Amino acid sequence: MPLEDSLGLNLLAANQHQAEHNRAHFDAWNLLCLNVMSSPGAGKTAMLERSLADLASRWQMAVLEGDMTTQLDAERLEAVGVPVVPITTGRACHLDAAMVSGGLTLLRQRLDPADLDLLWVENVGNLVCPAEFEVGEHRKVALLSVTEGDDKPLKYPVMFREADCVLITKVDLLPYLPVEVERIEAHIHQVNPRAEVFQLSAISGVGFAAWHDWLQRQRDTTASAIAVSHPVRSDQASAAALVGA
Amino acid sequence: MHEVDMTKCLLLSLQEWKLQHAPRIPVVKVVHLQVGDFTCVEPDALRFTYAAAVQTTWLAGSELRIEPIPLQARCVVCQATYTPNPQQAYQSPCCNHPMEEILSGRELKIRSIDYVFPEAADPAQVASGGEASQRLSASHRQQAEAIAPEPCPVA
Ligand SMILES: Nc1nc2c(ncn2[C@@H]2O[C@H](COP(=O)(O)OP(=O)(O)OP(=O)(O)O)[C@@H](O)[C@H]2O)c(=O)[nH]1
Ligand SMILES: [Mg+2]
Ligand SMILES: [Zn+2]
Ligand SMILES: [Zn+2]
Ligand SMILES: [Zn+2]
Repeated sequence: MPLEDSLGLNLLAANQHQAEHNRAHFDAWNLLCLNVMSSPGAGKTAMLERSLADLASRWQMAVLEGDMTTQLDAERLEAVGVPVVPITTGRACHLDAAMVSGGLTLLRQRLDPADLDLLWVENVGNLVCPAEFEVGEHRKVALLSVTEGDDKPLKYPVMFREADCVLITKVDLLPYLPVEVERIEAHIHQVNPRAEVFQLSAISGVGFAAWHDWLQRQRDTTASAIAVSHPVRSDQASAAALVGA
Repeated sequence: MHEVDMTKCLLLSLQEWKLQHAPRIPVVKVVHLQVGDFTCVEPDALRFTYAAAVQTTWLAGSELRIEPIPLQARCVVCQATYTPNPQQAYQSPCCNHPMEEILSGRELKIRSIDYVFPEAADPAQVASGGEASQRLSASHRQQAEAIAPEPCPVA
């Protein structure tokens, strides 16, 4: 007599549980975690280089770097003076929550995450699946460079739908390209009317002030949300609470 | 081929489900999934990678059945339900409004699992198969260890 379990379980439940575990640590450490996603070469590392340099006086930050084919990205970012932990992804086309958990273990050998305000996760360059694998982030940031054309949000809608914020990068190249940035922005809003969209150039620095204002607002809202849900935030207490979780 | 990673994660999720029955080990016949059209998953590729991945595991012999779930949205202007079309930039045909409220199509769900316990399947086997079932549970334990979740970073 066959039994049937009616589950309604997430297919990715195992990843989800690990992601929630990670997020519980982030909350206990009172840091804001950002998952940065895009196609290869859209400008994640270039954006990070500039944002890290500009924000270093405001916040303590660290980066979990998912570009595993080379150590190059990690080296570029270390040059800015922010701790960078390369995450081993094997040949995976995205980061998952367990890989980020492994990165946190390495990070803790170098610093106390409770001292951080912001933790950046640079995902593997890929427009498709990173959007489906949560790593415990508080916000998803998707990048789209103007050189990719204006149809990408419609062709790869899931990532743009899931993003809290979309950065249109390399706008310094617009004079040389047959694309209209307004069309790119309109297509993003077709699949995600609520997305905050900023136009950036990592070369000229255009747009970074507005993007950093958005970060500040996220930092403020998450910090107050954390303060409400965790009135006591001793690292030991939270670690104890997480044992067996 | 991110379906390979999807499959790995599905197997971990099924492993979590199996452990809820411990020490008993369910024999899984069919895993019923619901996969939305507005996800990154190709049902055919997923079925293929699943069949290959379970061959040497406790799920060997089980079948994956996938119910595709169409993308449906609600126009927030007039409340009409519609099927967004990428050719029309996903907007509502009634009011040309962007895709705001998704009703279905984001599912990546294990809807249900058909399974039996070996005892129920064949009581005679259990009576005579003590040694075999012990071997079985030892190999399950190894497997559970092999795919155990990442240790807690502050443990
Ligand atoms: N003109 C221009 N080029 C840029 C800009 N941002 C990045 N680039 C260039 O685009 C290329 C890729 O940039 P990266 O920052 O490495 O892109 P990425 O998204 O980190 O790439 P992966 O990690 O490999 O996926 C580099 O040659 C950058 O110099 C920009 O704002 N303007
Ligand atoms: Mg990079
Ligand atoms: Zn992937
Ligand atoms: Zn309408
Ligand atoms: Zn933990």
